Amino acid sequence: MANEKKPGVFTGPLWTNNPVVVQVLGICSALAVTTQMKPALVMGISLTCVLAFANVIISVLRNTIPNRIRIIVQLVVVAALVIIVNQILKAYVYDVSKALSVYVGLIITNCILMGRLEAFALGNKPFPALLDGLGNGLGYAMILFITATIRELFGSGTLFGYDVIARFVNEAGYDGYQNCGFFTMPAAALIILGCIIWYQRAKNPDLQDK
Amino acid sequence: MEYLNLFIKSIFIDNMIFALFLGMCSYLAVSKTVSTSVGLGCAVTFVLFITLPINYLLDKYVLQPNALIEGVDLSYLSFIIFIANIAAIVQIVEMVVEKFFPALYGSLGIFLPLIAVNCAILGGSLFMQQKEFENVGYAITYALGDGIGWLFAIACIAAIREKLSYSNIPAPLKGLGITFIVTGLMAIAFMSFSGIQLG
Repeated sequence: MANEKKPGVFTGPLWTNNPVVVQVLGICSALAVTTQMKPALVMGISLTCVLAFANVIISVLRNTIPNRIRIIVQLVVVAALVIIVNQILKAYVYDVSKALSVYVGLIITNCILMGRLEAFALGNKPFPALLDGLGNGLGYAMILFITATIRELFGSGTLFGYDVIARFVNEAGYDGYQNCGFFTMPAAALIILGCIIWYQRAKNPDLQDK
Repeated sequence: MEYLNLFIKSIFIDNMIFALFLGMCSYLAVSKTVSTSVGLGCAVTFVLFITLPINYLLDKYVLQPNALIEGVDLSYLSFIIFIANIAAIVQIVEMVVEKFFPALYGSLGIFLPLIAVNCAILGGSLFMQQKEFENVGYAITYALGDGIGWLFAIACIAAIREKLSYSNIPAPLKGLGITFIVTGLMAIAFMSFSGIQLG
């Protein structure tokens, strides 16, 4: 959490201080919703909206919330926002909302929210808090998107449901690619995320554990 | 028999960590030594055991369509009711344990407040709501199975991590990276349980 100075508030969380692979927050949903790209994208957008609004609301209220009950206040604010998001998803993208099942509700206990609210929104003005929320939300969405791309391409041979491998690879004469069902299994998500962390730490040696 | 099936299924096949990814944050953060992770696992099982039946009853008699008042569907409120209930129960459990079981509080105490925001607890309630159990007995069985499955997973990874600290791992993989990959390998092992035919 070293680079929480103002200039890095928005860009920092995108890569060098990424919420998923560096701060280790919000892993649960990052792994569960990444078998297909569409739910992953919707989840990323939903979380970014909830996080940005929650950060602003808590930041506006930061001087009026008594310290002892702040966790409950944060949970109620977040839960109200998540209910709104859930109703919107059910109304406009019902199939994706079915695919995400309970993981929309689990945005409430997503550690990114509690982590950022505690670490940033409680001590900063609303505008930096908004930037922090957007930056962390997009950093999370990016990791989701990378993982989902790998898993959908190799696991089902499609991208956003469009049959890429069947159309381009097999028709061009290099036939014989079989979809690797392993990539749609839960275990693959863990290993892919492990590899992303490996790559990211190899590029940023100061993040490595001694 | 039904209860036993549900119990075994929620421990091994629908394991909270390896199949549903619930409670990963504390799983990664608190799995450095076996004793603390067993403490956290027990606390999670305990809180699941108390909150799930209460949430089940709330869902059945208050939130379901036509449950409280004829023609009123309150199910959109379930997130906020569940999380408020969990936060309140955790607070009460913490105070009771501190007052009457100081020794237990000494070992579990620091984890109890964290549990309110552990996704395993809320996730357990939401999956329970989705499964639409017939009576509260199933909810209790499901809570115990989920909790023990979670305890089992975190104890295993903590034991492996204790040994891993003596291994020669490439620097960028140390800590978090290797933990993810080991968890992935454990999840592959747990996939073999999914072939079990129950009942």
